[in-house]
Amino acid sequence: MQPVVRAPKEFWLGVVYLSFGVVGLWVGLGYPLGTAGRMGPGYMPSVIATILIVFGIVSLIRSVRIDGEAVGKLAPRPLLGVIGGVVFFAFFVTRIGLIPSIFALVLISACASPDFRFRWYALAGLVVFVAACCLLFVQGLGVPLPLIGPWFSF
Amino acid sequence: MDLLSNLLLGVETAFSAWNLLYCFIGVLLGTAIGVLPGLGPVATIAMLLPLTFGLPADTSLIMLAGIYYGAQYGGSTTAILVNLPGESSSVVTMLDGYQMARQGRAGVALATAAIGSFVAGTIATIVIVLFAPPLAGLALEFGPAEYFSLMVLGLIASVVLAHGSLLHAFGMIMLGLLLGFVGTDVNSGMQRYSWDIPQLGDGLDFAILAMGMFGLGEIIGNLGSSMTRDVNTMKISSLMPTREDFRRMVKPILRGTAFGSVLGILPGGGALLAAFGAYSLEKKLSRNPREFGRGAIEGVAAPESANNAGAQTSFIPMLTLGIPSNAVMALMIGAMIIQGIQPGPSVMTEQPALFWGLIVSMWLGNLMLLILNLPLVGLWVKLISVPYHFLYPCILVFCCIGVFSLNNSTFDLYVMGVFGVLGYLFRKLGAEPAPMLLAFILGPMMEEYLRRALLLSHGDPATFITNPISGVLLFAAATLIVLVLLPTVSRSRGEAFQDEA
Repeated sequence: MQPVVRAPKEFWLGVVYLSFGVVGLWVGLGYPLGTAGRMGPGYMPSVIATILIVFGIVSLIRSVRIDGEAVGKLAPRPLLGVIGGVVFFAFFVTRIGLIPSIFALVLISACASPDFRFRWYALAGLVVFVAACCLLFVQGLGVPLPLIGPWFSF
Repeated sequence: MDLLSNLLLGVETAFSAWNLLYCFIGVLLGTAIGVLPGLGPVATIAMLLPLTFGLPADTSLIMLAGIYYGAQYGGSTTAILVNLPGESSSVVTMLDGYQMARQGRAGVALATAAIGSFVAGTIATIVIVLFAPPLAGLALEFGPAEYFSLMVLGLIASVVLAHGSLLHAFGMIMLGLLLGFVGTDVNSGMQRYSWDIPQLGDGLDFAILAMGMFGLGEIIGNLGSSMTRDVNTMKISSLMPTREDFRRMVKPILRGTAFGSVLGILPGGGALLAAFGAYSLEKKLSRNPREFGRGAIEGVAAPESANNAGAQTSFIPMLTLGIPSNAVMALMIGAMIIQGIQPGPSVMTEQPALFWGLIVSMWLGNLMLLILNLPLVGLWVKLISVPYHFLYPCILVFCCIGVFSLNNSTFDLYVMGVFGVLGYLFRKLGAEPAPMLLAFILGPMMEEYLRRALLLSHGDPATFITNPISGVLLFAAATLIVLVLLPTVSRSRGEAFQDEA
């Protein structure tokens, strides 16, 4: 007994196209369409979104009719580590400041690697790296970020 | 002599102390990221874009260009010594370069790659000097209909020449176009797809998109695929090729350069396809094709010349038409827009110092690269042995600070995170994100030209066909699609990219 979806990659891409297309068309139709001669802001988005819907349907049909590769396992650890680190940085950088945020981002994202071990020389390298970043970005290029944020200043 | 005075202006610009320095920084960085597998020029240029805001336009473009062609040099070092593609375009060099290294001829292979790249870079620079001005002159006559059709051709060609499924490449283009609509509509001032979020009012920033899709997406992908890197690199003995080696590399270098120069101009072709095509060509022409894959010097010389030539001539459509032929050029266009320069044929007349300075700097950069890569190759070998798990957290930090400094807003960081996830998912699903970035950049311009063209023709779409130049461009686009859909071509296209994988 074969599974219904024989090409999972095709299937999921179809889902992506379809969802972007449907949302795009739904919202796009809310803008004034105009005519081909005088296009309103909704004209092109609606056209493109419709094409995406067609692509989505084609992909879904293909996914049950041709054989394709499996998607393969997602890597939850790298995904969480990298994205988690970025989100943490985004949320905290203006609150706790650049220095602790870089430490946190590096440590959180480093956990994503299977090769992550705690080493003193790595920590020393990190300290140098943080200092270099602060010098380059804040002193050198004037990026308006506090080195130590308001949460730590009393 | 108009050309001569223009070149003189270019020399003057390129040789100014600051531009020399930034050109050097560019090629140095380019070589470094070329040597390092898993870090490409797209992510690097996106990352460094915010740093170039404070620089004059010519200086920043000279540096960013240096990163791109510098990466072509660096990629070959890793390919030859470690059998890993430092850069995607050096995949082909691995075939024979690594074999040469195993036979104790690593030094010769490196020298061949560097010499080939330098010759190619020099010739490609001349090609740009000769072809860019007439092309820009032609493009000055273009109206909205021509521009629209040109962009359609560009997008379609980029899909046809890229590898992977045609359907999904088009799908990615449509997604890119849709994302390009986010923000304020230029004609009506209406907010589209901004979900009442004020930060989206100006649209998504392409640098954020690129850093998310290419920077974060690549890092997650690399970590997920447990990249192993053999740190035991080859000993490099003599760098000097023998007289026999020189005799054998001359023709492949010249043929590779010619092949690469042509493919570089075509959208989507760029460095990778050029390298691959040049390699197959040499194999077909060779009297002993069995040597290929076993350390044939031609198999290093031809693709390395081709990818460097292709990297450089891909600047032609970007500089003269304002149309990017690959993701890196899309970023360069973005860099120009940030600097307040409207990309297109007027760049040459309105910004002659920038235009000619950039071209002269390319040759200069190639010269610097020759010196950087041959005597200093030992240094780069050390860089390969830096483990990836030390590298990527640093890249992440640069991405985060870079994105923040674009608008001094943490909102952009979340957007980057979202695109990081999307970039990873698309990679997992086997869809290349590069066409999406291209479409994202071209989308708003295309819509604008389309609307203007149709306004002029009172809504009659026939204007795109009755207008001769536009008609030819669209016909070319249609022919390309038909060609690729033909069963014989699609089969050999599949085989061609199979070989390369």
